[in-house]
Amino acid sequence: MINFKNEFLGTWTLLKKELLRFWRVVFQTVAAPVITAVLYLLIFSHVLADHVKVYDNVEYTAFLIPGLIMMSLLQNSFANSSSSLIQSKVMGNIVFILLTPITYLQFFLAFLIASIVRGIFVGVCIYAFALLYVDLPMLHPWIIFGFAMLGGALLGTFGIITGIWAHRFDQMAVFQNFVIMPLSFLSGVFYSIHSLPPFWQKLSQLNPFFYMIDGFRYGFFGQSDVAPLLSFSIVTFFFIVLASVTLGMLKSGYKLRS
Amino acid sequence: MKKAIIFNKVKKNFGKLEALKGIDLVIEEGEFFALLGPNGAGKSTLINILAGLAKPSSGSIKVMGHDVIQDYQNARRSLGVVPQELVFDPFFNVREMLRFQAGYFGKGRENDDWIDEVIEGLDLQEKANTNMRMLSGGMKRRALIAQALVHKPPVIVLDEPTAGVDVELRKRLWQFIKKLNQKGHTIVLTTHYLEEAETLCSRVAMMDQGKVVALDKTRNLLKRFSAKNLNLRLDLKNKKIPVSVQKFIQSSDHSLITFLLEEIAEVEFIMSELKKSKIKILDMELTNSDLEKVFLKLTGSKR
Repeated sequence: MINFKNEFLGTWTLLKKELLRFWRVVFQTVAAPVITAVLYLLIFSHVLADHVKVYDNVEYTAFLIPGLIMMSLLQNSFANSSSSLIQSKVMGNIVFILLTPITYLQFFLAFLIASIVRGIFVGVCIYAFALLYVDLPMLHPWIIFGFAMLGGALLGTFGIITGIWAHRFDQMAVFQNFVIMPLSFLSGVFYSIHSLPPFWQKLSQLNPFFYMIDGFRYGFFGQSDVAPLLSFSIVTFFFIVLASVTLGMLKSGYKLRS
Repeated sequence: MKKAIIFNKVKKNFGKLEALKGIDLVIEEGEFFALLGPNGAGKSTLINILAGLAKPSSGSIKVMGHDVIQDYQNARRSLGVVPQELVFDPFFNVREMLRFQAGYFGKGRENDDWIDEVIEGLDLQEKANTNMRMLSGGMKRRALIAQALVHKPPVIVLDEPTAGVDVELRKRLWQFIKKLNQKGHTIVLTTHYLEEAETLCSRVAMMDQGKVVALDKTRNLLKRFSAKNLNLRLDLKNKKIPVSVQKFIQSSDHSLITFLLEEIAEVEFIMSELKKSKIKILDMELTNSDLEKVFLKLTGSKR
């Protein structure tokens, strides 16, 4: 017999704990990435505004903002689930969850939603700062919201996988520095991939971050490098694959239950 | 009577190492049960499988009739486990942790009264709003016990609960746990401190190298191995203990010699042999065996 009150309360409690966890260190988890993004914005727009033109009716500073928002959103969604899990594992307090009737699906949902919330929260803060600086259209709010959710979900899921897989903080750093950073910088945050040589253009097209940023940007300007539906499909596909892997790992107790 | 825990042929292999070699054990509801054994005997592995932190290679375990794998949700609801390591979540205070823990079990605000009771019972009132990070080791231990109790589990498992806890606190903890036992909770503990098992537990299982080597009422075990100890302080100046009594020696510390006797008649024999060798006896004491000696007897021979 499934008791829905129990199931709901269990998931909600774990989610609340995960949200409070990053909120307690909000300077590190929100303020720091927002400041980083704002610095990028100030410096790059100052240096490049007169030199780079991507879309005819969009000035470079405006072009840059959705990319920066999405990049920060993705990085922070990843950081939330991955660092929470690795910390709990290293500290040993993950047992407090493992000893309870929380199912693998509840576990997944709580960590996933917390990641999305942190990513989007960071994104909204950057957006608020950017508004002080430049006028930004928002042609398709639902597309913006959809890509933000999907991007947060994809990276939150990836964070769960790495958090479960890694034993130590340095293994975590490998993912952060050698996977997340290159993928987010080589994704067209700062440029349109049409400005790249053919080889790099092809390579960028293999990068899921590119589609998330391109689709997200379409929501603001109604212009993009590839069709937003294609981006949406590709990102959804990646999410389904990673979510299946994560659920499989959690269900089998991989590296959590020996 | 209902069975609190049934271990059925539980085996666990880590690669080639057989950590558990088929554990069969039934713990009745309301028992105060001790699982004894040296490090590496497999106690913690067994507890981990019981709690769902590890999976058995074969065999099964039921808690209050619920299989820990097939019906893990109900099994875990019936079980409160106090882990051996002093783990804590540095982001939260004691009360927050307890509320979260209760929430994972589907218990909301209606459970707050019980949480207060647990906090009080473990003397945590003053620290209830203190961050876990700021607590001393003993306080952390209490918080851990509180966490295991938030969902009022009928079966409570304590894995080395008093390791590194000072004497005063140890006494208080046991008082609290005894009270829980009197209220009907089944208590299972693993411990190194044999005297704890001796004074608290009605039944004892001794484990060694992945097997249960003895299982009985504590008092029967003590009776069964009712060996006596003869402690003598001898004046051994230039004299050697005669060969004939050396086989009785269990330990010696300078002039203080402990003999292990199976029958009281052996006292006479040792005394007369010592007299023959003209060794003067300075002091003497006869003591009963305790669980520790039983334990050494059961496990020592195989090492």
